[in-house]
Amino acid sequence: MGNYIKLIALGLVTLLALIAANYARDLAYLVNALTVALVAGGLFLWTLRHTDEPSAEVDLSGQYMDGVVRAGVIATAMWAIVGFLVGVTIAFQLAFPQLNFEWAQGYANFGRLRPLHTSAVIFAFGGNALIATSFYVVQRTSAARLWGGNLAWFVFWGYQLVIVLAATGYLLGATQSREYAEPEWLTDWWLTIVWVAYLAVFLGTIVKRREPHIYVANWFYLSFIITVAMLHVVNNLSIPVSIFGSKSVSLFSGVQDAMTQWWYGHNAVGFFLTAGFLGMMYYFVPKQAERPIYSYKLSIIHFWALIFIYIWAGPHHLHYTALPDWASTLGMVFSIVLWMPSWGGMINGLMTLSGAWDKLRTDPVIRMMVIAVGFYGMSTFEGPMMSIRAVNSLSHYTDWTIGHVHSGALGWNGMITFGALYFLVPRLWNREALYSLRLVSWHFWLATIGIILYAASMWVTGIMEGLMWREVDANGFLVNAFADTVAAKFPMYVVRGLGGVLYLGGAIIMCYNLVMTVKRSPAVEATNSTVPAE
Amino acid sequence: MAKQPQKKKEEYETTGHEWDGIKELNTPLPRWWLWTFYITIVWAILYTIAYPAWPGIKSATPGLLGWSTRANVAAEIAQAEQANAAINERLASVELTAITDDPELSSYAADAGAAVFKTWCAQCHGSGAAGVQAGGYPNLLDDAWLWGGTIEDIHTTIAHGIRNEEDPDARWSQMPAFGEILPPEEVEQVVNYVMSLSPSYEPKDPSLVEASAEVYEINCVACHLEDGTGDQFQGAPNLTDAIWLYGGDYQTVKETVVNARFGIMPPMGGADLSEAEIRAVATYVHQLGGGE
Repeated sequence: MGNYIKLIALGLVTLLALIAANYARDLAYLVNALTVALVAGGLFLWTLRHTDEPSAEVDLSGQYMDGVVRAGVIATAMWAIVGFLVGVTIAFQLAFPQLNFEWAQGYANFGRLRPLHTSAVIFAFGGNALIATSFYVVQRTSAARLWGGNLAWFVFWGYQLVIVLAATGYLLGATQSREYAEPEWLTDWWLTIVWVAYLAVFLGTIVKRREPHIYVANWFYLSFIITVAMLHVVNNLSIPVSIFGSKSVSLFSGVQDAMTQWWYGHNAVGFFLTAGFLGMMYYFVPKQAERPIYSYKLSIIHFWALIFIYIWAGPHHLHYTALPDWASTLGMVFSIVLWMPSWGGMINGLMTLSGAWDKLRTDPVIRMMVIAVGFYGMSTFEGPMMSIRAVNSLSHYTDWTIGHVHSGALGWNGMITFGALYFLVPRLWNREALYSLRLVSWHFWLATIGIILYAASMWVTGIMEGLMWREVDANGFLVNAFADTVAAKFPMYVVRGLGGVLYLGGAIIMCYNLVMTVKRSPAVEATNSTVPAE
Repeated sequence: MAKQPQKKKEEYETTGHEWDGIKELNTPLPRWWLWTFYITIVWAILYTIAYPAWPGIKSATPGLLGWSTRANVAAEIAQAEQANAAINERLASVELTAITDDPELSSYAADAGAAVFKTWCAQCHGSGAAGVQAGGYPNLLDDAWLWGGTIEDIHTTIAHGIRNEEDPDARWSQMPAFGEILPPEEVEQVVNYVMSLSPSYEPKDPSLVEASAEVYEINCVACHLEDGTGDQFQGAPNLTDAIWLYGGDYQTVKETVVNARFGIMPPMGGADLSEAEIRAVATYVHQLGGGE
C-alpha cells in the first residue's frame, strides 16, 4: 500500500517538474527542474520494479543503522575533494587572472566558482560530515537504532539533491547574492523539507534512547540542527519573481537585509561550523583517546553560554557601515564575551587527553584531532579580537578575514572531520585497523603545512593591504590606488595557492588510505548491536 | 566556585554516566577560565554603558562618552578640510599657469592630484598613468597629447571630459567609419600608408603606399593634416610618431580605419571633484613628464 502512495507522489513530482521545465524562464531553473524530474522519475521506476515483491521482514531494531552512515562517509570524502579542488582553482584564479578563461566566462570564472567552493566545503563536505557523524553518534550514545526507518536515507539523498541543485544553479547564475545562503528559493524550500526530516530522525532517536541521560555531543548536534533550521528559514524569506524562474526578491531591504544576512552568516559559523563540530569533537576525541571527558561541569556551562551568546554576535560583520552604532557595539561586546565559552570546548577537548598525552606520539589520528582543537582555540581567539572595532577597521574587507576563516575551516572543521573519518571507516566496514598509519602521518603534515602557508600568507597580505588602504601622506592624501594593493598581494596569493595544493594532496592521500582500508585491511566481526553502556 | 583544596585531576570522580564507553570526570571549572569569563562580562557591561548600545523603542542609549562613528568621520573630514582650506582656496583661484611657478603650491597640488588620480583616474589610465592600449586609454606619461598638453588644455579635458553626453562643454570630434565610405582596396591602401608614416611599423604591403597618397589626401588630411602630424583642436592623433592610442599593427590600424574609434571620458567637474581637486590632478598629470 505504501508503495502505491509513493508511486503516485513520485509520478506527480515527475510530471510537475517536467511542466516546470517546459515553462522555465531561465537556464538554471530549467536544469534544476530537469534534475528533479530525472531523480523523481528514476525513483518512480525503481519503486515500480520493487512493488509487490515479497519482502522478508527482518527485525533490525536491535542493530544500529550504519548503511546511511557509510554512505555519508563516502559523500563526505568525495565532496571534500571537490570542494578543495575548486578552492585551489579559485586561489590560482586570483593569483593568475588569465585562468578565468574566455571560453568559460559565465560558468567557471571566479565569480561563479567562489560560491561553489564555499558551499561545497561548508555544506557538502561539512554538512555530510555532520549528518553522518550525528547519525553514528546519536545511535551509539543512545543505544538505539535511528528513528523513522528509511527517513534517514531520505535525509541523506535529499541533502545530496540540495547540493546538486545549488551547485548547478551557481554555475548557471542562480544566486540570491547572500553569502553562504546563495541557493535560490526552490532549493531553499527543498532544504527546509530535508532539514525537518533530519530533525525528526535525530530527535526521534534521542526520545527512544535507552540511556538515562543525553550525551553532551547530542546537545551540540541538536542545537546545531534546530538553530540552522531557524536561521535558514528567516534569512531566506523571499518572494519568487515567477514560479517558473529561479529569481526571487528578499523580504528585507537595506540595512535590515544586511543585518539579517549577517545574523545568518555569523551563526552559520556559530552553529554549523562550531556547535555541530563540537558535537563531533565530544564523541570522537574521548573515543580515540580512550579517556573520560575532562569536565562535565565545563561542558554544561560552556554549552549554554555558547549557544546563548553566539546568536547575538552577527553585527560585528557590519562595523562602520549603515548599521547603527548601538547594534555594532552589541555585536562586538557579545563577540568578546563569547571568547571563554568557545574556549570551554577547547579545554574539554585538550584536557580529555591528560593521562594519554603519549598517544600524540604514537597515534596520528589523535594528533589530527588535537591540532583541530588547537586551531579551534586559535580561531575563536582571533574572531573576538577581529570583532573589536579598532581592529576591524584595519582587518575588514582584507584577506585577513579570509585567513581567519580558513584557519577555522581547514584547521578545525577539516582536521576534526578527517580524524572522525579515520575513526569511522574501520568500524563501519568492520576492519581491524586503518590500512596505513604512515599515510595518516603524511596527511597530517601536508595538511598542517598547507594551513600554515595559507593562514600566514593571508595574515601578511591582509594586514599589508589594510595598511596600504589607509596610508596617507603628510598632507592627508591617500598614497595607494586600489590596484597597487592588488599588485602587491601577488606573491602571497601564490603561497596561498600552494598551501591549498598541499591540503588537497593530504585529502587525496586520505581517500586512498580509506579505500585501501576497506579493500585490504583484515575483516573483524561486526559489532553494531544496540547495547546500552553498563 | 568556593574555595576548594586543589586536587590532582586524577582524583576527581566521574559523574557516573556512561555512553558507549565514554565517561565524564566531575572536574570543577578551571579557575582562570571562569574568572576570565567573569571579567569579559563585567567589561561588557561597562563598555555598553560607555558606548551606544541598548536599544529602546525609538532610540538607543547613546553611551556616556557620546561616541558616534558618524560624528567621528564628520569631524575627521572637517579637520582634513580645515587643514588644507587655505591652500585649496589659493589653488582654486590663482592663474593656472602660475601654479608651477609657486613651489609650495605645485608640490601640494602634485600630492593632492596623485591621490585624486588614484581614486578617479586609475581605473582607466592605470595607477601608474601609463594607460591601457587595449582599451584605447591614453598613456599620460609620454609627450603625445590628443587634445593638448598645456596645463590649461589638461584642465579643460579633466573638467569637461571627452565625447560624453553629460557635459555640453565636453571636447568633441568624430572620425568617420571609412569602411562605409571607401572601397576595400582603398582601405587597404590607406592602412598601409598610415603604417608607413610611423617609425614603429613597416607597412604590410609597401607597394601600395605610393598609390595611396591620393586616398589619404582626400579623406584624411582635414584632421590628421598633410604630413600626418594630427590636430589637437580636433583630438586627431599624430600618426607620424611611434605612439599609438589603440595600436599600430596592421590589424588594429585597419580596424580603426574601417570602424573608426570613439573614446569617451566622463566630465570630472561638477558633482565629482572640486575646482581645487581638478587643478591638483591637472598639475599632477602635467608634471608626469609630457606636460607642455
